[in-house]
Amino acid sequence: MTSAAIVIPSADIERRLPVVAAVRDAGAIAWRNLITYRRVPQLLVFSTIQPVIFVLMFRYVFGGAIKIPGGVPYVDFLMPGIFVQTVVFGAMAAAIGLATDLKTGLLERFRTLPMSRSAVLAGRTLADMSRNVFVIALMVLVGVAVGFRVHTSMLEVIAGLLLVLLFSYAMSWVFALVGLAVGDPETSQAAAFPVLAPLVFASSAFVPVSSMPTWLQGFALHQPVSAVITAVRDLTLGAQATGGSTGTDAIQALAWCAGILVVFAPLAVWRYRRTV
Amino acid sequence: MTLGTGEPAVDASGLHKRFGHTEALRGVDLRVAWGSVFALLGPNGAGKTTAIRVLTTLIRPDAGSARVAGFDVVRQAREVRYRIGLAGQNAAVDPNLTGTENLRLIGRLAQLPRTHIAPRAGELLERFQLSHAPDRAVRTYSGGMRRRLDVAAALVPRPPVLFLDEPTTGLDLQSRNELWNTIRELVAEGTSVVLTTQYLEEADRLAHHVAVVDRGVIIAEGTPAELKAQLGSTVIELGLDSEQAAARSQSVVAGLLARAPEREDSTVRITSDDGPRVLIDVLRLLDAAELIPTTLTVREPSLDDVFLALTGRHSESDQPSALASNGARP
Ligand SMILES: Nc1ncnc2c1ncn2[C@@H]1O[C@H](COP(=O)(O)OP(=O)(O)OP(=O)(O)O)[C@@H](O)[C@H]1O
Ligand SMILES: [Mg+2]
Repeated sequence: MTSAAIVIPSADIERRLPVVAAVRDAGAIAWRNLITYRRVPQLLVFSTIQPVIFVLMFRYVFGGAIKIPGGVPYVDFLMPGIFVQTVVFGAMAAAIGLATDLKTGLLERFRTLPMSRSAVLAGRTLADMSRNVFVIALMVLVGVAVGFRVHTSMLEVIAGLLLVLLFSYAMSWVFALVGLAVGDPETSQAAAFPVLAPLVFASSAFVPVSSMPTWLQGFALHQPVSAVITAVRDLTLGAQATGGSTGTDAIQALAWCAGILVVFAPLAVWRYRRTV
Repeated sequence: MTLGTGEPAVDASGLHKRFGHTEALRGVDLRVAWGSVFALLGPNGAGKTTAIRVLTTLIRPDAGSARVAGFDVVRQAREVRYRIGLAGQNAAVDPNLTGTENLRLIGRLAQLPRTHIAPRAGELLERFQLSHAPDRAVRTYSGGMRRRLDVAAALVPRPPVLFLDEPTTGLDLQSRNELWNTIRELVAEGTSVVLTTQYLEEADRLAHHVAVVDRGVIIAEGTPAELKAQLGSTVIELGLDSEQAAARSQSVVAGLLARAPEREDSTVRITSDDGPRVLIDVLRLLDAAELIPTTLTVREPSLDDVFLALTGRHSESDQPSALASNGARP
């Protein structure tokens, strides 16, 4: 049984260029994750119901009591904060998804296949980004329905929404790392919330930072969620509404996105390689 | 694909793996001939899964080396991955995808040409009796269906070397027999199979070669016939009503037997190649000595018997059994 060469039945496996394989494999994983969203719509519904409730609550319940400097209508001030809040909480999906795949042994199976090493994480974050395109579009519609109006050019508005998307992508890598490190879907959700809550609520998302106690203002003004929200407000309401400059604010927001990506993408990949 | 330059399908030597204070593998050597079924037989925690994980490139050994299909599992992991399939201990399929979608996903990630993927998925669903539910989400599958899909997924790229970690655990008798048949067919087609099991019967029925693993080392190895020859094909257990009666029975029947009978508390265990004959003689002798057993069991040897014979311990426990510690065993 050992001596002669044995002919083994085998489908001809294709040897592809590493770059081509990486793109195809990431595409296959992204496709699989998007199917999950379609087949388990609760995932999408619950992650969008919560921001819709926030819109209604802040627009109609608390909004009347919140005065925005510069005379901007509260709903216009609110919606950029809602967009960013929605994608930041939505980014937890990466942690939950990866932790689930780790637990079920799916990641282990992937690692026995001759697939690109980056594909699982790239596919995960790409699928979450596609989902966010849908979620952001939905929140824009909800905003318009409750009276949200933009004060800038179409181009600037699109740039603002793309910035939200980019930030969501960066946050997905943070949560990819959390999911792989924690390795359990429920725990990773529980671990993520206490980190996210201060970032989202101690920000300029719902109220002007100037209304907060001074000790909090420094943090609330400069943390990444606020930086992105400010830039998105510049791009949808105009810089005079925020009292900043669109260019500077956008650069700050982009710097945060880049910084998060540069730190967390390699960490997540490193963690993936040594996880399974 | 032509493989084999005289190298075996799996060739591992001196594998060590430690997790914290646990030494999961303590120097494992394995050779698996092309086109054969190799069974790693051992109790919980023996190190079977760890060995499979090393051979399938999932973890690196701390020491030792392994070649699978002619490639080093550490330095040439990618080449190894082109040539293996793994069905792990837990069914690793996506519950939200359908059966078809799961297999197609694996096909894409295994780098099959696009046109081969759909026919291959259909063929495997057929072969594993899943063609009645190809488009149902896997979370609606029964445990047995999931397990079959998992094995099917491992076969998508037609791997020359197939690894199955406890493939039949949790299957009912019929599914188990079907899976055994499928494995035999695959082997007839040229696939080499490495499987783990806790069941002596499974190793016996399926494997050309069996390695018994205990606490990270291989304690016995050979064909099923060779292993059983050390053991006897029948186990007879006599339960007496006291330890003294059991001890007396042990000495009464000892002269009759090729292998010394073993005693544990008030139970006497006899292993023999000639079960029915021995049983009659044993009962005659006991009757003559006015020793009437309260219970009598006649069965095929189990993994636990193999363990007892090889190590003096029961396979489920890490404690040496009473037999070994009081020196009653030969
Ligand atoms: N990732 C790990 N971290 C820590 N300990 C581990 C790890 N994997 C295995 N072990 C330990 O190594 C030993 C061997 O485990 P292994 O899973 O290889 O056993 P097994 O023979 O497959 O058992 P079973 O029949 O229960 O599947 C056990 O003591 C186990 O607790
Ligand atoms: Mg195991």
